[in-house]
Amino acid sequence: MEAVNGYVRNIFETVTTIFEGMAITFSHLMRRPMTVQYPDRIPKPVQETLPLRYRGILEVDMDICTGCLACERVCPITCITIGIDMNKETKQRSFSHFDIDICKCMYCGLCAEVCPTGSIRHSQEFEGASYNPAGLVRHFVAQPVGLYKPKKGGETDPTLAKKVEVGMKYLDEFATPEGAGGAGKEEG
Amino acid sequence: MRQFVDQLIQNGYFAGAPKELVYAGAMIVAALVVLSVFVAPLAGVTSWLERRVWARMQSRVGPNRVGPQGILQWLADGIKNLLKEDIIPASADKFLFSLAPYVVFVGFLSAFVVIPFGRELIVADLNIGILYLLAVTSVVVVGILMAGWSSNNKWSLLGGMRSAAQIVSYEIPAGLAVLTIVFVAGTLSTQGIIKGQGWAPWDWFLFYNPFTFVAFFLYFTAALAEGNRTPFDIPEAESELVAGYVTEYSGMRFLFFFFAEWGNLYVIGAVATILFLGGWHIPAIPALADQPILKGGLQFAVFFVKAYFWVFVAMWVRATLPRVRVDQLMSLCWKYMVPLSFVCVVGTAAWMLIWPQGNRPVSMAMFLLGVVILAMFSKRVGYQIRHARPVLYLRPYI
Repeated sequence: MEAVNGYVRNIFETVTTIFEGMAITFSHLMRRPMTVQYPDRIPKPVQETLPLRYRGILEVDMDICTGCLACERVCPITCITIGIDMNKETKQRSFSHFDIDICKCMYCGLCAEVCPTGSIRHSQEFEGASYNPAGLVRHFVAQPVGLYKPKKGGETDPTLAKKVEVGMKYLDEFATPEGAGGAGKEEG
Repeated sequence: MRQFVDQLIQNGYFAGAPKELVYAGAMIVAALVVLSVFVAPLAGVTSWLERRVWARMQSRVGPNRVGPQGILQWLADGIKNLLKEDIIPASADKFLFSLAPYVVFVGFLSAFVVIPFGRELIVADLNIGILYLLAVTSVVVVGILMAGWSSNNKWSLLGGMRSAAQIVSYEIPAGLAVLTIVFVAGTLSTQGIIKGQGWAPWDWFLFYNPFTFVAFFLYFTAALAEGNRTPFDIPEAESELVAGYVTEYSGMRFLFFFFAEWGNLYVIGAVATILFLGGWHIPAIPALADQPILKGGLQFAVFFVKAYFWVFVAMWVRATLPRVRVDQLMSLCWKYMVPLSFVCVVGTAAWMLIWPQGNRPVSMAMFLLGVVILAMFSKRVGYQIRHARPVLYLRPYI
């Protein structure tokens, strides 16, 4: 009798569990798929959905770079190389190259923190694919450009003033260990 | 088909040619038409649809890039496989290795001889139709065994042996479930079985009596096992056997196996429709009486929709149930399905003795039972949706 009961119960359980399982999968047929169809069929660009302090590929605004080399020195893996030439006649200094090797960069953000003007900073860009390693070295100096010299009493050139403002804002809000407004709260 | 060729001969076409030669030519033309116009696109589109349905049941999207909604994905896959290198392993039995895909393919394609498309549309209405169908679908196992043995690979051989054991076992419940319907219909011809039913669901053999109702589910389960479909796909269980008997195949030969598998899904659905679901029957509409082409088209549509629904159910089962172990497979067949199918056969035989003309109230009651089961099912689906509070997305495309 026990055996017969078990036999019938096995059949009953098989039928009812399959019935329930089929109901679950059918209800999934009516749900929205979770897939994000990156890169082309997305509601808005991925850059806009990134977190506020996302550390993407480094970018440099050469117009407000003072050439202090702080970033080059602080970089733990020396992925930043900066060359500065001096014109012997005019005594003017200018960048010969400013390269960042994205291959090496580990996105620690130390360079962005030490920059006095906020010219080196993390962008929201993350699509760094390239056909060869050389394509991953970002060159920011096409032809020699002069160094930026901060003026006492604020910047007067409106375009440069705007760039300095962007850089300082970045420094205040993002490139500090404690986050927004954290520079003042640093513990000694 | 034959009357049409006879008419052509009488009208003076093919003058001088022997009659047998004309018949043979007509058969080859019919086979080519069926293959290229119906079976090939059907198997291809089924492969695409299966991936889409399966994906949606797993909250994914599935192939949707090639053509509108990815409907041309099967063409892209086919072309890709055609262009791939065709490798025959050095230690394989080369003759059997190359022959095996064609045996599988022929075994599945021969089934289309007796599968009707409508009242008039059938390649050949054999008087042993359903027996022929059981026989030719078993040829597939010969091809699978050939593939497994000739590959000279232990996974292939294990897959082939498992497939043989599985098909031999599940032939019995499938055959007995078919026999139940043969009792009721009193004929083996596929068209004859369909003519014994009606357009209304309570005239279908599915609801004829409780035994045929059970026999339908036994048949469908056994047919899934014979077609090597999940949850019975142990011959090609990728977690145990890499790809089973197709491990060593590549390119077009590989495609032939899967072509047969997806085409076989339609055969399963079509046989279920012939035996249990009233085939191509449509209600007698007076307006259609003198429009044979429209009527034939409508009959084909009805048959196709019924058959394809069971293809969808096979996809659905595949998305639901996990693969069974080999011993579970055998115990399910020999301990549960074979005794139950014998109960169905004996029960229907007794039923035929008591009510030779069938029992109308019982048919109606069985039909109501089916409706109740469907209602319960939709209630459970509704419960699942309410319970999980998902974002509903009822459009089929994305």
